[in-house]
Amino acid sequence: MVTSALPDHDASLALYRQMLTIRRCEEQLAKSYQAGLIPGACHTYVGEEAIATGVCAHLSHDDAVFSTHRGHGHALAKGVPPNQLIAELFGKATGCSQGRGGSMHLFSPEVGMMGTSGIVAPCILQAAGAGYSFKLLRCEQVGVAFFGDGAVANGAFHEGINLATNWGLPVLFVCENNQFATEVAFADTTRNPEVANRAAAYGLPGIAIDGNDVDLVYQTAGEALQRARSGGGPTLIECKTYRTRPHAEGMRDGGYRALEEIEAWKKRDPITTYVDRLTSGKRAEQSEIDAIDKEVTMLVAEALKFAHDSPWPDPATVTEHTYNESSAAHA
Amino acid sequence: MPELTYTEAAREALSEEMARDDTIFVFGQGIGERGGNFNTTTGLYDLYGPERLRDVPICERGFVGLCAGAAMTGTRPVIDFMFLDFILDSFGELVNQIAKMQYMSSGRLKMPIVLRGCIGVGGAAATHHSGSYYPVFTHLPGFRVVLPTTPYDAKGLFKTALQSDDPVLFLEHKSLLNTRGEVPEDDYAIPFGQAAVRRQGEHLTVVALTTMVSIALDVAETLALEGISLEVIDPRTTAPLDIETILESVHRTGRLLIIDETFAPCGIGAEIAAQVVDRGFDDLDAPVRRLNGLHVPTPYSAPLEAAVAPKKEDVERAIRDLIVE
Repeated sequence: MVTSALPDHDASLALYRQMLTIRRCEEQLAKSYQAGLIPGACHTYVGEEAIATGVCAHLSHDDAVFSTHRGHGHALAKGVPPNQLIAELFGKATGCSQGRGGSMHLFSPEVGMMGTSGIVAPCILQAAGAGYSFKLLRCEQVGVAFFGDGAVANGAFHEGINLATNWGLPVLFVCENNQFATEVAFADTTRNPEVANRAAAYGLPGIAIDGNDVDLVYQTAGEALQRARSGGGPTLIECKTYRTRPHAEGMRDGGYRALEEIEAWKKRDPITTYVDRLTSGKRAEQSEIDAIDKEVTMLVAEALKFAHDSPWPDPATVTEHTYNESSAAHA
Repeated sequence: MPELTYTEAAREALSEEMARDDTIFVFGQGIGERGGNFNTTTGLYDLYGPERLRDVPICERGFVGLCAGAAMTGTRPVIDFMFLDFILDSFGELVNQIAKMQYMSSGRLKMPIVLRGCIGVGGAAATHHSGSYYPVFTHLPGFRVVLPTTPYDAKGLFKTALQSDDPVLFLEHKSLLNTRGEVPEDDYAIPFGQAAVRRQGEHLTVVALTTMVSIALDVAETLALEGISLEVIDPRTTAPLDIETILESVHRTGRLLIIDETFAPCGIGAEIAAQVVDRGFDDLDAPVRRLNGLHVPTPYSAPLEAAVAPKKEDVERAIRDLIVE
């Protein structure tokens, strides 16, 4: 149970703006994929926006986020501008990974975005490692791992959480339980359908929440991060959610889940439900929501234009950065 | 000049660098207060404390992946695997994350990790404690692979490894750990990619890796009595590989034998042979030859184990065969 206050007026609108930015970017990326402008994989975060938004609202650029293959939302919420995200998926030199990564390798260390990943679960270990650094360096920064339910059966979940808890590292483990690892139902892969209650086995707090409720994610993550920063060690938060688009753009979405289930979760959309809550609860005016909608639409349109207009990377640079050129070890 | 063992020399490098740079920390089993099963960290716990000499549970994938995250966020992990065989449980973290991190981040993240461990056949260690694997890591972009053969090199190359921003495999053959040699007290570092010519000669070039260096030097002594003059080259690092020193030598001798305890297929010898044939074909007076350990897991029983790695007589025979080609 959370004990902290709801986000205030400005913070609530900031959460709304962030969720909407992710949604509009994802919708644009889906269109761009269909138009053949994205040559590689594109896993959208549609339906899960509240999680990255609620967690990253508490993070500064000095905190380190480690993400998954479904990481556009984490990158945006951590501070990667939409133009750098879209340009990266287009393969342009101006992308956040300068065209070396694409959707599954989004890097922007400048804002503490330490990578999305094409491999499930290493982010758990790397976030623990960031926690080790921050503890050794005596600073108040935190490492945050976002991962799906697909990582929970992986050994890295066990090893990373055990190490981080044993050493009291400043880490937040955020499980985005969208119920399917690719197209395999989480419930079919374990006798324990819960994630948060596994925390008891390692001796860290484990909290299960509605991952589509951005207020609740914001409050829960805020408390866990405060605990981590003040030396209280890691927390595991399980955010129950659902992706309402296919695993990846261009993939058939049938044969593993029912249309009715998708439609039911669409009614729990984290963005539309939040607008209802803000306006009906007198936490914000409809006119403020409308102004944000307009602003975000423009931002994404400009980002798209930026990506279109950006140059391709120079093939002559293809071998650069395999090694650290300035390294003393470089012969 | 003080004489140290190979292990003492490497430990001196580690201690000096830990004193100089307080972001360096060591992970391993029994490397804390105990000082390491191979005495790799003896005395360091008292100097640098438990956070920097961290005993870890046996979960190589976990702590290697954790160290990747640490290296990305401003600290410099040293992982002491004891036996290098244990590194294999972390192979995905090494290949998909550690080796590729600098590239994926277009050079904005560094990956200063040192991965050290004992390698090699010997001591009835059997097949889970005798692996070497350096050809595998040499094959992959992103790693530096270091194979010191003397106490002097162990210290100088470890210094470079600890100052490098690239992931470095620092591999210590079990049979070298207690060998002694002169190690200067002054601060020195040996750059990667510079082979050492251990003996100069005219008739045949021997490129020898790890323990094969001392065997090659022994054979060179024997054959010198018959007027056969061998040049013995120790590459010291296989990534980067100093092919220029080898080519220059073959240019003078016209003959090349590569001896390596590890496997022949797709190995270091195959790579050196290919590069020499490609760039030095006209210098060759005879085929390039390799002499490798057998392509088998390492057996336990003494007579079986002894049959695996090339011995002095094998090396001598290979050289006598090649010299008359």
